[in-house]
Amino acid sequence: MQNVSQTSQPALVEYLLRLGDNALILGQRHAEWCGHAPALEEEMGLLNVGLDLFGQARHWLGYAAELISAEGGQGEVDADHLAFRRDAQDFRNLLIVEQPNDDFAVTLGRQFLFDAWHYHLLTGLVEAKDPRVAEIAAKSLKEATYHLRRSAEWVRRLGDGTEESHARMQRAIELLWRFTGELTEFDAVDEAMREVGIAPDPEALTASWRATVEQVLDEATLARPPFDAWMYRGGKQGHHTEHLGFLLAEMQALPRAYPDATVW
Amino acid sequence: MSDAMQLIDSDRGGLPPAGAEGDVAAVMAVLQEVLDPEVPAVSVVELGIVREVSWVEGRLSVAVTPTYSGCPATEVIEEAIHRALVTAGYADPRIERRLSPAWTTDWITAEGRDKLRAYGIAPPVGSASKRSLLGAEPQVPCPQCGSLETERVSEFGSTACKALYKCRSCLEPFDYFKCL
Ligand SMILES: [Zn+2]
Repeated sequence: MQNVSQTSQPALVEYLLRLGDNALILGQRHAEWCGHAPALEEEMGLLNVGLDLFGQARHWLGYAAELISAEGGQGEVDADHLAFRRDAQDFRNLLIVEQPNDDFAVTLGRQFLFDAWHYHLLTGLVEAKDPRVAEIAAKSLKEATYHLRRSAEWVRRLGDGTEESHARMQRAIELLWRFTGELTEFDAVDEAMREVGIAPDPEALTASWRATVEQVLDEATLARPPFDAWMYRGGKQGHHTEHLGFLLAEMQALPRAYPDATVW
Repeated sequence: MSDAMQLIDSDRGGLPPAGAEGDVAAVMAVLQEVLDPEVPAVSVVELGIVREVSWVEGRLSVAVTPTYSGCPATEVIEEAIHRALVTAGYADPRIERRLSPAWTTDWITAEGRDKLRAYGIAPPVGSASKRSLLGAEPQVPCPQCGSLETERVSEFGSTACKALYKCRSCLEPFDYFKCL
């Protein structure tokens, strides 16, 4: 591995799992919309965004798996292994991405709050001193850019729409807000990654995310809850809401039942 | 699949001779016949996803970049390239997946753009600048009648790389290959 010292390796694996698990779990939430979306065009949109996220998850988890395999002790692992054979407490995704789809407003509100963060995070990661991280981020950023454009457009359209759509989007923001604290909370893993020139500056990321959220919610005529409201936390460290277990039960059932199958 | 492929090919005996080492043009001519499974009007060369052709200790290596992270055609395309090269007589070619620099629609060749249009898909408009990624919607000419009176129906069309448009002049819906 280039440019990252031995001591930061475990932190890098943790960091990659966070990036990969965010994309994987949110992608799975999108997949749940298959056959249920309000319009065919929006179903294709949701599933294509999900597909992008699965692709990104594969890149991040693939890199994590290489590092874990090289370290030894756990045998050869690959991205599928990490996706399908870990239990809930081993997942490192943010709490917001595992929250249920609820209605269309919650799904798109969740997507917007995440996209606004993901976009600015990836913009920073493009400059990472680890070339693998930088190239996966550059690829993902192109996709996160139109994800953000689309989800922001829906927040504006529903927020500044009818009485009903406004009420639903306002409810979505209030429902999800308690899970946004984690987006701008940084721990020892983030700090270790910043020290070796991989993770971007946390204060700049926080400021960029807040500015984007403030602007879009304002344009959408939606009330923004306070940034210092009480927040749930712990997803990044493996402490999840009950929803993740149910999501994994469905996502992992087939590969766990037929672990040696190569064709479904 | 590659082992099975080679067995069958070697049983056949009379393989066409492979191009000489270093003959990039001969390899590109083979790849020019490999079509994108999702848009079978353009080849992988015209799509701009073949990034490098080289030889490592006598073994042909072709670097291919995915269009989108989650493009489900990535493996199919790699297998098709491998099969075409083996069939053309290149023994055991290596297909390398390369992420960087990330693919951009700017790499679709002029011939590729013409073929997309003829196939009924509007090619990407302009270059993949910041403006086209973040800003206003581009003006997309209808591939059927050329009218600029078109509107976007959905950010996504039949695949992730396309958006769905509608022509207000001839009323035909069409796919637009998004700028990326
Ligand atoms: Zn027309």
